[in-house]
Amino acid sequence: MIAAGFEYAAPDSLDEAIRLLGEGGEDAKLLAGGHSLIPLMKVRLAAPTLLVDLRRVPGLRGVSSEDSELRIGAMTAHAELADAKAGLLATAAGQIADQQVRNRGTIGGSLAHADPASDLPAVVLAAEGRVALKGAGGEREVAAADLFEDYLTTAVRADEVITEVRVPKLPGYGFGYEKFARRSEDWAMVGVCALVKATDGTCEDVRVGLTHMGSTPLRAGAVEEALRGRPLDAGRIGEAAEQAAEGTSPPGDLNATPDYKRHLARVLCRRALAEAAGVS
Amino acid sequence: MSATEKPTAGQGWVGQAIRRKEDPPLVKGQGTYVDNMRLPGTLHAAIVRSPEAHAAITGIDVSAATEHPSVTAVFTGEDLAEDFAGPIPMVWDPPGVEIKTPEHWPLARGEVKHVGQAVAVVLGNDRYAVADAAEQVIVDYEPKPAVVNPEKALEDGSPLVWDQFGTNKTHEWGIAGGDAEQAIADADVVVERRIVNHRTAGAPIEPRSSIADPRGDGVTLYSSTQIPHIARFILSGMLGMSEDKIRVVAPDVGGGFGAKLQVYGEEALMVALARKLGRPVKWTETRSEHMATSHHGRDQIAYVTIAATRDGKVTAARGRFVNDLGAYFQILTPFIAELGFPVAGGCYAIPNIKLDFVGVFTNKFATDAVRGAGRPEQTHLIEVMMDQLAAELDIDPVEIRRRNFVPTESFPYETPLGIVYDSGNYHGTLDKLLEHVDMDAFRREQAEQRERGVHRGIGLSTYVEVCGLAPSRAVGPQGVGLQAAFWESAMVRVHPSGSATVYTGASPHGQGHDTGFAQIAADRLGIDPQQVDVLHGDTDQGPFGWGTYGSRSLSVGGEAVGRAAVKVQEKAKRVCAALLEAAPEDIELADGKFQVRGSPDKSMTMAEIAGAAHIPPQELPTDIEPGLEETSFYDPENFVFPFGAHACVLDVDVETGKVEIVRWVAVDDCGPAINPMLIEGQVHGGVAHGIGQALYEQIVYDDEGQLTTGTFVDYALPTAAELPEFETDRQETPSPVNQLGVKGVGEAGTIAASPAVVNALVDALRPLGVTYMDMPLTPMRVWQAIQAAQGANGGPPATEQGREVDSEHGRGASGSGPASPTEGGGA
Repeated sequence: MIAAGFEYAAPDSLDEAIRLLGEGGEDAKLLAGGHSLIPLMKVRLAAPTLLVDLRRVPGLRGVSSEDSELRIGAMTAHAELADAKAGLLATAAGQIADQQVRNRGTIGGSLAHADPASDLPAVVLAAEGRVALKGAGGEREVAAADLFEDYLTTAVRADEVITEVRVPKLPGYGFGYEKFARRSEDWAMVGVCALVKATDGTCEDVRVGLTHMGSTPLRAGAVEEALRGRPLDAGRIGEAAEQAAEGTSPPGDLNATPDYKRHLARVLCRRALAEAAGVS
Repeated sequence: MSATEKPTAGQGWVGQAIRRKEDPPLVKGQGTYVDNMRLPGTLHAAIVRSPEAHAAITGIDVSAATEHPSVTAVFTGEDLAEDFAGPIPMVWDPPGVEIKTPEHWPLARGEVKHVGQAVAVVLGNDRYAVADAAEQVIVDYEPKPAVVNPEKALEDGSPLVWDQFGTNKTHEWGIAGGDAEQAIADADVVVERRIVNHRTAGAPIEPRSSIADPRGDGVTLYSSTQIPHIARFILSGMLGMSEDKIRVVAPDVGGGFGAKLQVYGEEALMVALARKLGRPVKWTETRSEHMATSHHGRDQIAYVTIAATRDGKVTAARGRFVNDLGAYFQILTPFIAELGFPVAGGCYAIPNIKLDFVGVFTNKFATDAVRGAGRPEQTHLIEVMMDQLAAELDIDPVEIRRRNFVPTESFPYETPLGIVYDSGNYHGTLDKLLEHVDMDAFRREQAEQRERGVHRGIGLSTYVEVCGLAPSRAVGPQGVGLQAAFWESAMVRVHPSGSATVYTGASPHGQGHDTGFAQIAADRLGIDPQQVDVLHGDTDQGPFGWGTYGSRSLSVGGEAVGRAAVKVQEKAKRVCAALLEAAPEDIELADGKFQVRGSPDKSMTMAEIAGAAHIPPQELPTDIEPGLEETSFYDPENFVFPFGAHACVLDVDVETGKVEIVRWVAVDDCGPAINPMLIEGQVHGGVAHGIGQALYEQIVYDDEGQLTTGTFVDYALPTAAELPEFETDRQETPSPVNQLGVKGVGEAGTIAASPAVVNALVDALRPLGVTYMDMPLTPMRVWQAIQAAQGANGGPPATEQGREVDSEHGRGASGSGPASPTEGGGA
């Protein structure tokens, strides 16, 4: 509970942050809300030599609505996102941990930390969002599908900063979010988010994201495949949801064996799809 | 004065829900906790702890740590061998029973027996630097096989925690009354269960913290403790210091729950280091240190047999208990399970009872008192067994309780174990509970809900607990053999201007003594509670006292306050009588004034009397000494036995196994209320603690003796979000044991709660074939129990620990950061 020593900088421009990050090398870390990194530092599972705090960097906060997408500044706190008109994203953000954490934790930090047990990564993945990155080599965009590489590992380079998260608005889609945890403040034991677009009772499109069912957030491709283009009723949803754990190898822990997590994924998937499709 | 008489009252402060006097500074951040204290020249200590569950220490290299620029000194157990006169004592010496007791030193000597055992201490000017330097102490370990499962530890050929004892069995202790074996043999019905009461943590919000400050040839120890006077007594022995040279101060203490009813090696270590180095030395445990090295509670496997007639009258209860005590003893370790024996059989008139306890060494940290300490175990099993028996006989759980309650007219009631329940009205609290909970309506609702797929259950707990620790003759050397006594002291001093200070030997850490004791004193002194300051927790202030635990403070410490205040009142009457030229027996305290009976115009206030007692305006009779101060040492004649009836209503999501408590009704009887708000707070917290054990909290060691619940991520302490609204009500049955008529309430909720939860779960799931479950009722374990009952391919049946750990990521319960169940930012 006592972190190792580290240097600290709070630059007031993005370019300066990127410069410090580059100079700091591999052991430099960005600090956003700090609600994942600092606990890890306090038990000495992380020991960065330099923290570059983004709190003074302008232009990284807020939710804005462009033509077809929402643009969410990377330093936007979960609480702000939860209060925004952001559909599934807002619903998921409102279920992260507790109010104190939601006041501090940020979407950019959550995606960059890439904890597969966190709420937002699977949601952004299912919504087919992208992140905007800026580094010493310039700016680029990475699709969520390419962002999450492994447990706590992303395609973000060591000298890059996530500046914005861009998520399509998906008009006409219903959504459902099912998070299962022992306590309300816990990480998801398993989480399932579903986005469903229906036309005349037929599933035009469906996206299902899985939280904590592997070393990265996942899409439940088999479920999507089983529903897309089919009539949406409770029976079909139930059958499709049976495939929610297909191809996953969820990590077990003290409170959940892999088998139990696969079972939860199927149950939660059915519930999330039913909610998204408005089918009871 | 009998208990049923009104106290010799002034203004009727007793019984009022006045707000806690101690709260304003606490809620304004003006409390003084040990870790907030800054003494000039303080050295900070970091402790090097064993990562091994069982190993020989073959070498310790402190050179790198010693060379760290901020480090002043590094010491190992061998280095400090001469600084301790004795090991950490264990104070139970039961007549005729040998307890195998290993030497337990503050720092390991040659071997380690559990993860987290202190091996060396690093001292320096900066808390962060010593934490860094502690990582540079290199300890060579030669691992030995660890013993984790207490039943396997008792098998022949098990590895041994202590070679010199040749066994892992610490002791056996038993007690019996009547003939349980014969009654079981003769019974119409016998129900047997194996009931596991798992290991938990105390988990106060303020961790342990100590500063030892050397002054001349003495030392002041500021420590977050429940027992400052006992700590001084024990430390004087451990350190070979004259008791008068040690002062122990417990400032504001942020919760204890039994985990600070202890004298820890670290406390003795701080004093030894302060003496050695001549500077203040400070140590505050981290939360992970707390989980590993503040004593745990429970950890009992019970084999229980209940015998009954076909109409549900219980004829015998028999229990064999295997108690996992860990590797070393703390002060009460082997005694805790046995402490539950007075309430074996619960609130039922069971004529034959037999209890046999076996203690076992394992490579874990010690168990000791955690809220309830032995009584939750006994209460859990009898309350669960009553429901099991009810199901076996197809009798309603309410009815089977009524058929077995100790009849209201039978008090005082002597149990077959020779314990005398002081007073009770068990039908009364159950009746009152059923006024709040319409069972017929509930059963209709339950049936309707089941049709809609909602599995709702109700569980009862009609508990009795034993507290008011303790009549010294019952538990001291003349009784069960604790080398201690459990009376309590109070000194009441009225100042010349009429306000008062009460010194109590109790040592609160959240209970509300400042308020409740002030109410007791105020009524007897004829002043306002706001004029009564209650001091505690400092061995240099007031007489010796035994501290706060075991729901003892009010019925023993509060009674002592009342008695001392009555002595002051009697003297005040004599002073008043002399000044008003009346007979002392004609002076009465009424409406806040001392007045001549029948002549209310002839009266004095306490302020006037106190002034005269200190600065006599005229010559007082020679038999009246100056001053207005009295002391009482009160040793109770008996324990007190609070009781009540709780109901838990919960829903089970049978697809996921998740349990949600939707209603909690608590009817408690702890005698006449001193302050109903304090009672309500204790019931809320106590029930939350019991729900915590039933549904969420568990200390888990893996098969190698590694602690897997080292933080609040994995050790799932419930939060307000997990808990229902509590509906509380009370009945007041006075105790004849003390003049206040009071019993205790600090542990009652915890003792009552866990069986109500288990009974409710079984009630909900019985249609699915689930007939019994051990705690904790985690979602996976509940789901597995349903699967097992349904015979489906739902994975393995619930293991005792409810786990099947895949350490792929070495991650905790449900997230990656082991420190805090939070998530968010750092990129």
